[in-house]
Amino acid sequence: MDLLRSQASRTVLALGLLSGAFILFTGAVGMIAAFHDREVVDRFISLGQLLLLMAPFVTSYYVAGRLDEHGGAPPRILAAGLVVGLLTALPSVVLLLFNSDEFRFLLFLVLRLAPFVAASAIAWQRHQAGAEIQAVLGIWLLVAVLVGIVTFSFALIFEIKGDLRSVLVNIDRDWVDVITFDNRKDLPLGIATFGLASIGAGFAGSVLYLMPAVPRRALIYGLGITTLVGAFGETARLILQENVDSDTLREIFRRDTLRQNAALALFIISTAAGFLWAMYGSKVRENIGNIDSSSRRRLNFIGLVIFVAFMLLLPWLIGRTLSDVAVTIGIFVLMGLGLNIAIGLAGLLDLGYLTNYAVGAYILAVLTSIGPLGLFKGTFTFWMVIPLALLAAMFAGFIFAVPVLRMRGDYLAIATLGFGEIIGKLAISDWLKPLIGGAQGVQAIPKPIFFGAELKNPEQLYYIVLVASLVCLFVSIRLNNSRTGRQWMAIREDEDVATAMGIDTARAKLLAFTLSAATGGVAGAIFAAKVGTVFPNSFTVFISINVLSLIIVGGIASNPGIVVGAIVLIGMPELLREFSEFRFLLYGALLILMMIKRPQGLIPSKIVTHEHQSGVKAKLAAE
Amino acid sequence: MFKWKTDEFSWVDFTIDVLRILIVLGVVVGAWNTLSSGRITFAQWVNLFAAGLSQGSIYALIALGYTLVYGILLMINFAHGEVFMAGAFSAVFLAEAFNRTGFLNEQPLLAILLMIMFAGLLSMTVAILLERVAYRPLRGSPRLVPLITAIGASFFLQYTFRGLYGSGFKAYPQVKILQGAVSIGGINIPIVQIFVFCSALVLMLGLYWLVERTRVGKAMRAVSENKEVARLMGIDIDWVIMFTFGVGGFLAGSAGVINGMFRPQGVNFFMGFIPGIKAFTAAVLGGIGNIPGAMLGGLFLGVIEAIGPNLVLAGLGIPGANQLKDVIAFTMLVLVLIFRPQGILGERLSEKKA
Repeated sequence: MDLLRSQASRTVLALGLLSGAFILFTGAVGMIAAFHDREVVDRFISLGQLLLLMAPFVTSYYVAGRLDEHGGAPPRILAAGLVVGLLTALPSVVLLLFNSDEFRFLLFLVLRLAPFVAASAIAWQRHQAGAEIQAVLGIWLLVAVLVGIVTFSFALIFEIKGDLRSVLVNIDRDWVDVITFDNRKDLPLGIATFGLASIGAGFAGSVLYLMPAVPRRALIYGLGITTLVGAFGETARLILQENVDSDTLREIFRRDTLRQNAALALFIISTAAGFLWAMYGSKVRENIGNIDSSSRRRLNFIGLVIFVAFMLLLPWLIGRTLSDVAVTIGIFVLMGLGLNIAIGLAGLLDLGYLTNYAVGAYILAVLTSIGPLGLFKGTFTFWMVIPLALLAAMFAGFIFAVPVLRMRGDYLAIATLGFGEIIGKLAISDWLKPLIGGAQGVQAIPKPIFFGAELKNPEQLYYIVLVASLVCLFVSIRLNNSRTGRQWMAIREDEDVATAMGIDTARAKLLAFTLSAATGGVAGAIFAAKVGTVFPNSFTVFISINVLSLIIVGGIASNPGIVVGAIVLIGMPELLREFSEFRFLLYGALLILMMIKRPQGLIPSKIVTHEHQSGVKAKLAAE
Repeated sequence: MFKWKTDEFSWVDFTIDVLRILIVLGVVVGAWNTLSSGRITFAQWVNLFAAGLSQGSIYALIALGYTLVYGILLMINFAHGEVFMAGAFSAVFLAEAFNRTGFLNEQPLLAILLMIMFAGLLSMTVAILLERVAYRPLRGSPRLVPLITAIGASFFLQYTFRGLYGSGFKAYPQVKILQGAVSIGGINIPIVQIFVFCSALVLMLGLYWLVERTRVGKAMRAVSENKEVARLMGIDIDWVIMFTFGVGGFLAGSAGVINGMFRPQGVNFFMGFIPGIKAFTAAVLGGIGNIPGAMLGGLFLGVIEAIGPNLVLAGLGIPGANQLKDVIAFTMLVLVLIFRPQGILGERLSEKKA
């Protein structure tokens, strides 16, 4: 009992069960089974199995750190790893038993006993706290009835439906296959395999923690790189395909998966590299720090040249499919940088950003389309319309900004969300059908033509996006350091004080909305030209949520953060197709997590970090 | 004596005034055209009104959750629409089970009561978990932080339930006694609408009793008045906030079942998003933080949404006016936020923290 009560044991228990809940949750929403379709290493491990094993591994590594802080001895840390592994497997194993025909009765037993147990526990607690006997009985009855309604209803549902699967659609055969490591027929063996694998992974996590620093870091690099390359095997193959002959490629990959030998070789190489870096990395960094300023300038210049050359050559290095992804990422970088002016700099949470995107796309569509809805049938070209799309989006941003200027932050967010929904509904309505085609949208949008050459491939469209993003990035950086930028930041921090300092807040806010709308319009126009058709279904609230998420995750008001945010949040679901079904699940979880744990984002802007820290200090001082 | 202060002319006010005039003009012209053309008979207006009232009572039930939480924490629980979805989407399985055993048509009222309890309790659990996991760590941070968290929670919940129950639509089975219509003064009103309105009314009265007449209701009012003083009076703030989320969740979940009885198109994981925004509109319309206000605001929004397209939009000659129902509701949202953010009934909150 003493052991259970201690702080360390409670940490182990809580975190182990948390990791178990994570595995149960990812299984129940179908993530594990979906990820099982992607093999990380050929005929060895799939992404779903990796997810199953990563949870206990990472958790026990973290738990080991926590125990170490509180002075836990190595044997205890190793034991904690075993316990974490066991606890991780536990909830899923229970569900597995409930799902099997032989042990289904356990589920009904639990569901029918639960109300009495819960009621008795709570009533006992009240009794201990010194409540009167009538009150205790009343609470017992109340809890029993309320919990009973829920659990008995579930019991009835499962009894009539026959199995769990008819309600929880993803607790299906695929899930059982992954969880039992393909031992669906022999359940005890499957459960034992799963349990042992999970315990082993937990143990491995704590062993890794106890290793000396250098090999530990080398192993982390090796495992991390191999896993990443394996998981993004398709991407890696597509990149290599452009640069390596097909025989070598076949040696490394079987279709889109890394072969076992190749994975082993990669692991050894990356671990060795990680070893060297762990040994000498700090020295290298020190030497770089000692370079004098003139050679550093030269080095920086060389770095810039290499970077520019890389960006220019990128489509030829990565091939067509990945260029397409790069174009999509670029469109979202544009929108992220734009929306950041409103959200990040001026602190105006604009949830109707899709309005500007839709305006840009529809303007381009209607003006250039050679289909029945095109107004000018080819008189206007892409290049002539881009400035028009920009102006139209700015105008739309302006119009929608005027009424909301006086609103408070949270009302402004909901009002702009309302605007976005209104635009979405109007785009699909019969009313505007003669103009923009209703649900069918506008078709036959020609590709841009550049000095007689039609830019029809993603490799070529990439350059348009690149130039637009760079221009936008430049403007964004300049704005950050400008007088206007500082006005915005003042408004973000405190509007009343900003007004008192003589800032025309109405003008500054309007400017923020209008400028932020501009890039949305360009992004929409490029999107329309890329796809060739414009459907109202492309313009839903999800666009706004996408852009919001990438700003929050990347780092609010941080330009590099937004680029990284776009690459991770937009690129990953495109490259890992199994993942795209769960992208909004992830975005939602990330928004919550970031707000709680790291509100300044992955790559925070210096000013925001500074303000955050001074805010924390002020709060501490006030307490 | 009389000075023109040209520098105090605000073109923002001017634009908003122009907007106000344009909207009034549009409504008047549209209504005039429709009424003078006589396309819609009196009986049809009454029917639209009744349908609007029952839809509105569902908005009112959801709006109460927004208002309760806002009254205490001054935060917009954007994920409240998903709490509504959680109950409605889960209870559909219970309804199917009851239908399969025949219980639904043998003891319809008891069955529906059980379904309402089931959905309400599930939604309550979701709301309490949401508060515990996502909102409690952020209490006291700047206002936009919990709002962004709530947006995240909204999408997280949507896609969680999509993963759990699948992405398709599921329809509630039909209850025999709710089919058909009763004739009141020569106008046929569907029984299901009366049922929806009455059950929502009962729930709202229950809430009113809870808040105004019980000890815990008194604690809720005290916390919403002043948290620090309430704490000094020995009220467990955390428990009261959790209870408030729970009550709001219960109302939303029961609204989910009532909504399911009423709308044949069924439920899916995205069903909570639009009603959530509309219920927020209703809450603001009645003055957010104000309980009777949310009830009236919900009913009002339901009626506007039912009558508005036919009265105004059709009168202005816009085709397919009923497609634009949501546009009317969202326009209401924006207009209320622009012109009367304190709502119809509420002056109370604007002084607290505007």
